Amino acid sequence: MSSKLRIMVPVKRAIDFAVKPRVNSAKTGVETAGVKFSINPFDDIAVEEAVKIKEAKKGAVESIHVVSAGSSKAQEVLRQSLAKGCDTSTLIDVGDASVEPLTVAKMLAKLAEEDKSNLIILGKQAIDDDSNHTGQMLAGLLNWPQVTAASKVDINESTGEVTVEHEVDGGFETVSASLPMIITTDLRLNTPRYATLPNIMKAKKKPLKTVKPADLGVDIAGRLETVSVSEPPPRPAGIKVNSVDELIAKLKERGAL
Amino acid sequence: MQAVRFIKQAARPAAKVLRPVAVSRAFSSSAATFTRSPVLEFSEEEELFKETVAKFAQEVVLPKSRAMDEAEQMDPEVVQGLFDTGLMGIETPEEYGGAGASFTSAIIAVEELAKVDASTAVLNDVHSTLVNTLVRTYGSDAIKEKYLPKLATKCVGSFCLSESSSGSDAFALKTRAEDKGDHWLINGSKMWITNAGEAEVFLIFANVDPSKGYKGITCFIADKDMGVQIAKKEKKLGIRASSTCVLSFDDLQIPKENVLGEVGTGYKIAINCLNEGRIGIASQMIGIAQGAFDRATDYAFKDRKQFGKYIGEFQGMQFQIAQAAIQIEAARLMVYNTARMKEAGQPFVTQAAMCKYYASEVANQVAGKAVEWMGGVGFTREEPLEKFMRDAKIGQIYEGTSNIQLQTIAKDIMKSKS
Repeated sequence: MSSKLRIMVPVKRAIDFAVKPRVNSAKTGVETAGVKFSINPFDDIAVEEAVKIKEAKKGAVESIHVVSAGSSKAQEVLRQSLAKGCDTSTLIDVGDASVEPLTVAKMLAKLAEEDKSNLIILGKQAIDDDSNHTGQMLAGLLNWPQVTAASKVDINESTGEVTVEHEVDGGFETVSASLPMIITTDLRLNTPRYATLPNIMKAKKKPLKTVKPADLGVDIAGRLETVSVSEPPPRPAGIKVNSVDELIAKLKERGAL
Repeated sequence: MQAVRFIKQAARPAAKVLRPVAVSRAFSSSAATFTRSPVLEFSEEEELFKETVAKFAQEVVLPKSRAMDEAEQMDPEVVQGLFDTGLMGIETPEEYGGAGASFTSAIIAVEELAKVDASTAVLNDVHSTLVNTLVRTYGSDAIKEKYLPKLATKCVGSFCLSESSSGSDAFALKTRAEDKGDHWLINGSKMWITNAGEAEVFLIFANVDPSKGYKGITCFIADKDMGVQIAKKEKKLGIRASSTCVLSFDDLQIPKENVLGEVGTGYKIAINCLNEGRIGIASQMIGIAQGAFDRATDYAFKDRKQFGKYIGEFQGMQFQIAQAAIQIEAARLMVYNTARMKEAGQPFVTQAAMCKYYASEVANQVAGKAVEWMGGVGFTREEPLEKFMRDAKIGQIYEGTSNIQLQTIAKDIMKSKS
């Protein structure tokens, strides 16, 4: 491979996986006030994979650029990723606006071009809206090959050939492509590390750039309208039966048999 | 904003001992420049660090906690994990292999560890707030270069002050250090020495000239292989995995240069760092209280039903739980406010005594109640509650007993009246 790896890792600050989401009183989305936020777990796996590649392929990785679109609070997840081993970071400051996957993909595409990225690793989806769009849209916009839901990544840094195992119904599929490419991560790809205290302190000195969507030539106005958000209907209580005969009778009564 | 300012100002403490957090963060006249932040608001890196420690505690310490208690022994993997995560060199400057983080970070670490395992928390606390702090503050450049990097990365430290006949009256210690020209010769013994079982570096307080009384006390730094001997390991009620040992020094030779600070200033050094150390122990106590509270309230609100409803739905339970929550909040505010006072360079001796006294009371009350809330299950060793209760008791004893704390506080009040 002629040039070194320049990895971009887009990450999202999302409601923590341990929080039980509740619909807000206006029914426009989930309640975010007083709720714990963390890095989207799939994105954390993407950060880990990028850092692992950098550690394993000594000298083959020129930089890992971690990017997040969000409010200034998204700086937390950028700092955390820097503490885990990313080199530079960019906050695309969209304020409190909720940006759609296509908008995010457009901004990331622009940044990837500016940064001359040749490998983008990101979570297969964010656990807040579960869209599972951004990686695929980004691949479309850049016209790069993509592998979604990766469970194993193997890079041949001399040929630029990347072999990826990903989970499909009923098993695994192994595919390969050449850089530049996009990989979205699944849960089984790796186990993210802790940011150790010395690295948290060192991350304070790593670059964190802030850009506005307009700087990237992207209009963040939404194309979709959220009509209403509601809780799933509560599951009705079951009944207890006293015998197998009664069970069969009840199932027949409901047309299940 | 106006209303908030009014309330805060009205609530400003009048007593001399309760100073505002920092003079520079005084109230301003316009809302736009209102900069005072709540005591429990942490910096971005402190928040990140808190998350790291919490994760480490859950994933590495928790699975070993019960077994370590039963075996009365620290698991080497846990100790190694503390080093790997950077918890053993929190305030140590970067050039010595540490993180160069804040004192509050050290306090956060102790609290987060104690939520899961108080023995691991005290190992970390003694190492950070006593041993590292002393070496960093009083060590010569040569001592700092020799000891700080290994204390941050591989060697546990131990603080050796108490003796069989000098506990609260610490400076009545009898261990002797003789000047032998090119080295010091130490003879005597120490008791109740935390971390001694794991430690490879020992800070030893000994008197170079008993005729001078406490002004002969000097702090020496020794490596285990210089000949520090562990005579006996205590079997205890709580924090059982943490080693507490009797040490004996039999013609222990220490290099001439291994003195921390000046000869004869050991008592000053010890007083200063014990005041700081109290904040660490107070933090351990709020960790214990919170850990017990979290488990028992999960049980009350999510697990246990009686008379057809969760036991947490009974008002009698709810009021006890609310009381405990208030106590923990109050103790935590005291602990972190004192930590910030220390960072701001303000006098904090009285506040350290207050927070250590109060947090240990709260830990004992809350852990005791939490056992009751969980009933028979709380009393068994299937659950961590009985361990929290046992581990809390030491808070009223070490780093100055509760009576010593009360005496320190009362002295300060008396001084203000004279």
